[in-house]
Amino acid sequence: MRTVAELTWLELKLLMREPLTVVFVLLLPMVILYVLNGVFGSSPADPSVWEGIGAIDFYTPSYVALVAATVGVLTVPVHLAGYREHGIIRRLRASAIPPTVLVAAHSVVAVVISAVSSAVLIMASVLGYEARLPSDWPATVGAFVLVAVAFAALGSALGALLPTARAAQGLGVLLFFVFMLLGGAGPPMEVLPDAMADIAEFLPITHAARLLRSAWLGEGWEGTAALVVAGMLVVAVVVALWRFAED
Amino acid sequence: MTVPPSDEIAVRVYGLQKRYGDKVAVADVSFEVRRGEIFGLLGPNGSGKTTTVECVQGLRRPDGGDLSVFGLDPIADTAGVRTVVGSQLQQSALPDRMKVWEALRLFSTSRNAAGSWEKLLGEWGLAEKRNTAFGDLSGGQKQRLFVALALVGDPRLVVLDEMTTGLDPSARRLTWDLVEAVRDRGTTVILVTHFMDEAERLCDRLALLTSGRVVAQGTIPELIAGAGGRTEVRFTAEGEVGFLRGIDGVEAVDPGPGNAVTVVGTGPLLARVAHAIVERGMVPGDLRAHLPSLEDVYLDMVGDSGDGS
Repeated sequence: MRTVAELTWLELKLLMREPLTVVFVLLLPMVILYVLNGVFGSSPADPSVWEGIGAIDFYTPSYVALVAATVGVLTVPVHLAGYREHGIIRRLRASAIPPTVLVAAHSVVAVVISAVSSAVLIMASVLGYEARLPSDWPATVGAFVLVAVAFAALGSALGALLPTARAAQGLGVLLFFVFMLLGGAGPPMEVLPDAMADIAEFLPITHAARLLRSAWLGEGWEGTAALVVAGMLVVAVVVALWRFAED
Repeated sequence: MTVPPSDEIAVRVYGLQKRYGDKVAVADVSFEVRRGEIFGLLGPNGSGKTTTVECVQGLRRPDGGDLSVFGLDPIADTAGVRTVVGSQLQQSALPDRMKVWEALRLFSTSRNAAGSWEKLLGEWGLAEKRNTAFGDLSGGQKQRLFVALALVGDPRLVVLDEMTTGLDPSARRLTWDLVEAVRDRGTTVILVTHFMDEAERLCDRLALLTSGRVVAQGTIPELIAGAGGRTEVRFTAEGEVGFLRGIDGVEAVDPGPGNAVTVVGTGPLLARVAHAIVERGMVPGDLRAHLPSLEDVYLDMVGDSGDGS
């Protein structure tokens, strides 16, 4: 346990020494927020799109989900795959730091940076675009933690499966764009063509965004969405543990 | 403070086997390492050296055989073995941005030896580099850090796998000094290498591996004697040299081109041949002896084509 704490702290420090990653994680959602609100921000609540709520109230929780997903599919797997590629996982294992400890540390780091990035994003939404704050804080924070941990686990599984940091980067960027465009952080779901809407239903980000929105708006946890996110968490943890045990 | 090697057995490997799918990495490996010595595992790439030491450290599960590391079984008691073994792994690294002191501190925590790392910084000449990131260290400095990391928690055995691959000659020599310094503090060392000069310089005893089997083991003189190595004496001389065939230990006398002569045999050949020639009133020119070396034993047993690199 002390090793997990020590490694987590160390990994956080290492991340802070990569200014590009930090800037990317903090700035990207702000840029998307700025662009999409420039396009849709002034639209009044319209029953045909954004589930009948105003654009900014639809997007803010969706962006929070996107931030957690971005950290999960980009930051975590690139680091873990790179660690294996360079023999760092072997090095740690031989010194009584098993991959489980490494994955735990990276997951905690992922949740922490998702939280910081989300906080910045929410502040910008509220101050700059008069977004609503969550109506139900405990449900929202709970949903956020579940979503952030689940995407960190997905990232760990990808990091365990992919051979190199470069491969992880490639797949991560692809997933990021698919998540952003189809998962509820891009065009409103209602205007997506049927095929894309069907694909969106298969994406974990769609359910994560839905879960966060329902909690945010005070409707409690949306059951199916919560189950899908929790299911992804379990599968990803099993895959990651199995793959790292093989190493 | 030099602790002499003892007869006490530190590591015993008996009948070790390990396959990866269809590929046999270790077919049958047995050896014993005595406490306080530098024991070498020498062999070409792919001969099963690394797999063997990974099994010893409990990093891999063998398919067969018995292992004992200071009385502990690396399969049944992996955690226990990790506390008595420190290691430097082949082709391993640390995150580039991790600083020297951070790595030492992390490994001290994981090995339940918090606080011991400050001393290692000084001991291994890393005090000035404590705030340097791993990625900014030179090859030699990285090796020093790896040795220090391997010694965190004061392990009784240290496994050093291919320490000098990729280092320049001066860094290699400094690394050799490090290995001797580890032994001299009383720690038993298993050194994995495919360099003969390294094995010859450092190892108290060694096992020669090829294709997953031990083909010879012992001290270097034992290996050379066991391989039936021949001494060659070469010189140039005017006149008939057939009489040399009558000298003790001489097995062959080959007159070569010009006045060159090669005498092959065993025992103190140079002294006997030189004595006989001078006694005959002849003056040998360019008199040289070629003693069998570890390299001859190695090439004899492994074959010239054994090393793919």
